[in-house]
Amino acid sequence: MDQTAPPKRMSLRLPFDFYTLRLFIITLAIFIAFSVLLPGKFLTVLNMKSMAVQLPEFGILAFAIMITMLTGGIDLSIVGTANLSAIVAAMILTGLTGADGTGGVPLAAAIPLSMLGALLVGSICGLFNGFLVSRIGITPILATLGTGAIYTGLSFVLTGGPAITTTQLAFIGNGSLLGVPIPIIIFFVVVIISVVILNRTVFGFNVYMLGTNPKAALFSGINSDRVLLGTYWLAGVIAGLAGIIFLARTNSAKPDFGSSFILLTVLIAILGGVSYTGGFGTVVGLVLAVLSIQFLSTGLNMLMLELFPSSAAIFFRQFAWGGLLLGVMVLNYYTEKRKR
Amino acid sequence: MTNAFLRLTGISKSFAGVQALRDVDLTIERGRVHCLVGENGSGKSTLIKIIAGVYQRDTGEYVIDGKNLARLQPIDAIREGVQVIYQDFSLFPNLTVAENIALNEEVAEGRRWVNWQQVRNVAADALAQIEVNIPLDVTVGEVSVANKQLIAVAKAMRQNARLIIMDEPTTALTEREIRALFSVLRKLQERDGVAFLFVSHKLDEVLSISEKIIVIRNGKTVSEGERDEYDRARLVYDMTGHSITEKSYDFEPDLSQPPLLKVENLNAEPMLNDINFELRAGEIVGVTGLLGSGRTELALALYGMQPIKSGRITIDQKPVDLRSNRDAIAHGIGYVPEDRLSEGLFLEQSIAKNVVVRTIESLRGSLGLTDPAKISGQVSQWVDALRIKTADPALPVNTLSGGNQQRVVLAKWLASNPKVMILNGPTVGVDVGSKEELHNLMKKLAGEGMGLLVISDDIPELLGTCNRILLMRNGTIVEEINTKETNENKISSKLIED
Ligand SMILES: Nc1ncnc2c1ncn2[C@@H]1O[C@H](COP(=O)(O)OP(=O)(O)OP(=O)(O)O)[C@@H](O)[C@H]1O
Ligand SMILES: [Mg+2]
Repeated sequence: MDQTAPPKRMSLRLPFDFYTLRLFIITLAIFIAFSVLLPGKFLTVLNMKSMAVQLPEFGILAFAIMITMLTGGIDLSIVGTANLSAIVAAMILTGLTGADGTGGVPLAAAIPLSMLGALLVGSICGLFNGFLVSRIGITPILATLGTGAIYTGLSFVLTGGPAITTTQLAFIGNGSLLGVPIPIIIFFVVVIISVVILNRTVFGFNVYMLGTNPKAALFSGINSDRVLLGTYWLAGVIAGLAGIIFLARTNSAKPDFGSSFILLTVLIAILGGVSYTGGFGTVVGLVLAVLSIQFLSTGLNMLMLELFPSSAAIFFRQFAWGGLLLGVMVLNYYTEKRKR
Repeated sequence: MTNAFLRLTGISKSFAGVQALRDVDLTIERGRVHCLVGENGSGKSTLIKIIAGVYQRDTGEYVIDGKNLARLQPIDAIREGVQVIYQDFSLFPNLTVAENIALNEEVAEGRRWVNWQQVRNVAADALAQIEVNIPLDVTVGEVSVANKQLIAVAKAMRQNARLIIMDEPTTALTEREIRALFSVLRKLQERDGVAFLFVSHKLDEVLSISEKIIVIRNGKTVSEGERDEYDRARLVYDMTGHSITEKSYDFEPDLSQPPLLKVENLNAEPMLNDINFELRAGEIVGVTGLLGSGRTELALALYGMQPIKSGRITIDQKPVDLRSNRDAIAHGIGYVPEDRLSEGLFLEQSIAKNVVVRTIESLRGSLGLTDPAKISGQVSQWVDALRIKTADPALPVNTLSGGNQQRVVLAKWLASNPKVMILNGPTVGVDVGSKEELHNLMKKLAGEGMGLLVISDDIPELLGTCNRILLMRNGTIVEEINTKETNENKISSKLIED
């Protein structure tokens, strides 16, 4: 072949890819901007702690969306699953210990049981989604739109409408370990587990490959049905975990909690660089997107309260989320174009 | 020369650390057929994309129709009458033939409403212009590769093409389709004075159709001249820098050994009918036949991807039931598919991931986690063995040249070390020099006890590698030919007799 020297094998790998690096800079810029604009308010230990307990509520759910998006699908039922899990956990707790915690079963047993219950419900919901998507072959967006409605409906049936309150898990929602709020610790445990699953397991490898080209995956002998079933199951378990956080944070479980989280988590995933056609997306990118959205929400809230204490803040926050997403997409478009 | 339509001088282009073109010169003359040849990764496709304005050149001059163009966008090239037909044709598979040909114009004319009758008329007219007959109302996804090619030509002609560039137009076509394509192109050349630039790795075809030849090697123009100045040996020499001789495979099957794969009275969907043959360890058996003869269907049936109606498949003397390709894989069968872009590769993923996709299970270390060191070990082993030309295996496969992509598909399957390897068009798009290397590799694997079944249109390839050739027609094997007792002409004439 070539008589000349073989091409040098130089490494083009950076610790982060270009997109993630830019997202990191944007996140940092938002953080710095609010720290400057809101002196003594944004950059305080109190505010850091308050953000650290808020962010896991949707941050954990974002992982459920991400993993399904990596296969080229989506799971719109995660909030329904999370609420159903929270309700079942709350029912186990209140059923076993009584509403005031003086019932028959000791708390040390009831709490793990209720958590197990939540994760089990999440598993079942996820497996059902996975079954519909992989075996029956229903388009994920439709399948999970349907099951999401079913899970929410089941929640209404179980509760009869009103919330179930229990403060037994408040020690998780409000507690901290060595000064670090427990919800954010749980969030980072999810982050680490996700990194390992996606980057270091055969399952994670196959998730990316299947999402990139399902036909080539078939020809390569990847068991697509099993990968999809695993993916939706995992999304369900993550949603179950998010349900536990919901319950622990709000001391109540209700069927219609967090309905804005679906769109929010999809937005986070896209912002985090997860490809909506599948195959691409990193945990680092997702974490940065979660952080930037939280900084933006909190910062804008504070800013609005300062400027005009009205209800416009809520509207403006969504406006800013959308603006951030579109801004990053436009930036992408121009850098892609220039790279030619 | 006054007859120059396009003249490029001193063109260079680099991608993140790879110098794809350095100082390339090229002249396209009006109304003549040019061929661009060169090894895999020599820069042919890159050069074409620069001509089309898809890539921006780093340096060099671009003079078209006497005008010196500094910066060039795709739309400028189209205005000057440059039309490129890429390997993926840039057609919309879910639109109809008519829509694909004519919708462009409707949009370009700024119409707000599409006039469907007009679309059909334009399309019918366009196909009549190039004197071919393709149904207008089927979706492009359903038509054959050859017809897609012609649809793309019709579309190009509607846009007043003065130069049509085709990147490896014939790799996926059979002899007969190639002849049909070229007769259409000749007509356009004579009647409308359209110039052509082709890329091809089939040297005989290059010599038979071209009037001018341009050879590039490692991103540089090596020679440029009239067809008559070249013969096969000169082409090979200019492309590779040395000459090549191919010798045929000499294998005496050890008849005392039981066959590795035995197929008896196989009938399978959609058309296979009473197939019988054996493959011994160490054998390379060729399969050939015209398009529609059932050769790909045979491969898919053996790979568990076509429902089997009746018959018996035995591997290592054990009858096997192949319900899916995972069953086939479990029994040690590997399959390199025909269409590397859609079936073989994860184009946007890294070369490394593509190479290990079959073997990732075995590349695990502690705790059952995948082991990056084992992965990169296997990747560099195969990148070296198949000489995949890349700066870094972490780059996506779509940064590789076509021939190098084909090597990645081969690497992926070879890494899994199957007992029986079915190769459907193993060297499609691979240059002559590397072809020989790949053939030697196939022979080496056979020598180590693998059984190979090679499906190909390329008769010299089969003659050079196989000890037997199975000739297929209408879904069945009509003849088994001993390679030593035949030659290219005999097989070619057998292929077309009915
Ligand atoms: N987008 C890209 N990014 C990085 N490298 C690229 C890119 N496109 C092409 N290259 C590199 O440029 C070189 C020339 O590639 P090109 O596709 O032009 O080769 P080619 O002559 O068409 O080969 P083939 O016969 O295999 O199709 C190769 O080394 C290839 O890896
Ligand atoms: Mg090419």
